[in-house]
Amino acid sequence: MRDVTSMLPLKLQDIALEVDGRRLLEVTATSIRNKRRTVVLGPNGAGKTLFLKVCHGLLKPSSGRLDFVAGKSDAEVRRRQAMVFQKPVMLRRSVRGNFTHALAMAGFGWRERRRLADETMAHFGLSALADRPARVLSGGEQQRLAIARAASLNPELLFLDEPTSALDPTAARQVEEMLELLRAHGMTLVMTTHDLGLARRFADDILFFHNGRLLEQGPADTFFTRPQTAEAQAFLENRLVW
Amino acid sequence: MLQDVSIISALWKIISGGDGDFYSIILLSLEVTLTAVTLAGCVGLPLGAMLALTRFRGRLPIIVVINTLMGFPPVVAGLVVFLLLSRSGPLGGLGLLFTPQAMMTAQFILVLPIIVALTRQTVEDLWSEYADHMTSLGVGRIGSIPTLLWDARFSLVTTMLAGLGRASAEVGAILIVGGNIAGYTRTMTTSIALETSKGDLPLAMALGVVLITITLCINGLAYGVSRIGAKLAGGR
Ligand SMILES: Nc1ncnc2c1ncn2[C@@H]1O[C@H](COP(=O)(O)OP(=O)(O)OP(=O)(O)O)[C@@H](O)[C@H]1O
Ligand SMILES: [Mg+2]
Repeated sequence: MRDVTSMLPLKLQDIALEVDGRRLLEVTATSIRNKRRTVVLGPNGAGKTLFLKVCHGLLKPSSGRLDFVAGKSDAEVRRRQAMVFQKPVMLRRSVRGNFTHALAMAGFGWRERRRLADETMAHFGLSALADRPARVLSGGEQQRLAIARAASLNPELLFLDEPTSALDPTAARQVEEMLELLRAHGMTLVMTTHDLGLARRFADDILFFHNGRLLEQGPADTFFTRPQTAEAQAFLENRLVW
Repeated sequence: MLQDVSIISALWKIISGGDGDFYSIILLSLEVTLTAVTLAGCVGLPLGAMLALTRFRGRLPIIVVINTLMGFPPVVAGLVVFLLLSRSGPLGGLGLLFTPQAMMTAQFILVLPIIVALTRQTVEDLWSEYADHMTSLGVGRIGSIPTLLWDARFSLVTTMLAGLGRASAEVGAILIVGGNIAGYTRTMTTSIALETSKGDLPLAMALGVVLITITLCINGLAYGVSRIGAKLAGGR
């Protein structure tokens, strides 16, 4: 029987990431909660990408604990999460080939891969692009492909690193609609963004980073109406100097 | 000029079959070179990818040695294979000296470092782009080799062509281990060497023209195919 109980929350305790003696990330305590939309905010270089990579298991913290619900194997935890990168990775294949490759890596058989790929492309309005080489798509199309490709793996937990940056308003709108579909599907989403409007519309919880440290966290409406730290206030008023 | 006319008439003579063994020489040359390069590809592509993705002590010296071997003098490679295959050598019992197989072995040894070295570089570059994505999918470095080789296919065609170029132009090694036996181990490059030393320059030149033409055709074909492929797949 496949275990369908959630692996969330993901709890982080005293996480630190150091490279060449420089402390790049510091998180005293936080958790990613099941079926919530967490938005990670902070100025450029605040450590948002590093935080996502640490949570996703791509970077090993120098110290601290990172725990999913007990009793899940490492392979299970890996299989149940996915990430869309700030600069989407496009394989040198067709759009469909990008889907079938990811599904193959996840262990799906040949027939199943094609079915899931076609289904996902139809679901996210990418069918017309199926046979186009992924690397000649526009930035917006690539971003949508990257999100849909991650979604095709049906992860429980999905990380998105600035999915709307560098997109025009229409493309950003399309991406936001995709995120809404994923949320409705019951995925737990963790996203970084510089778009405060998107953050206000989208977030349940906020994590605010500054200079590599998690400075403030809590429900989104509290954060936007009554930020606790001077840095968060300054950030929201666009006058943060760093 | 008299010289030009005699090259053309020599060309005409060998192509029209006046020189009986000509076509078998071409066929043997192609067989030796293509076999050597194909086998070197079968071994060198995965080996180069392994070298790109694994981390072990002594990896850097190995990379430096392989890069150096790209310029390994063919005559020396021929000598090594000769010593291995000669009656008193460790592999003498196989009786392979002065056979086409010996020439393939020598060319395999010459081409392998080129393919390994260039593949390593290509795959390493591609890995830096794909690492996060593959790791996110739960696939390790070794598991990523098929993906990386496939996605680097257009650069790797050029790599194989570099190997082919070295093999098809080479004469020193196959002359030593093949012996340039008429009708058995005589190839285009060894014939050219022989005709030159006999003083039949027009014939040597004509053979050279044929060799270059064939190499040009193979390269043109491979390049064309890979360019069309690259275009269909959205470039590099
Ligand atoms: N591998 C690394 N080695 C050394 N420093 C690094 C490394 N990766 C990131 N950094 C540094 O860590 C800091 C945080 O980087 P990070 O990419 O997490 O920022 P970010 O919040 O995502 O910024 P942005 O909004 O520009 O994407 C930066 O100052 C960056 O230069
Ligand atoms: Mg970032």
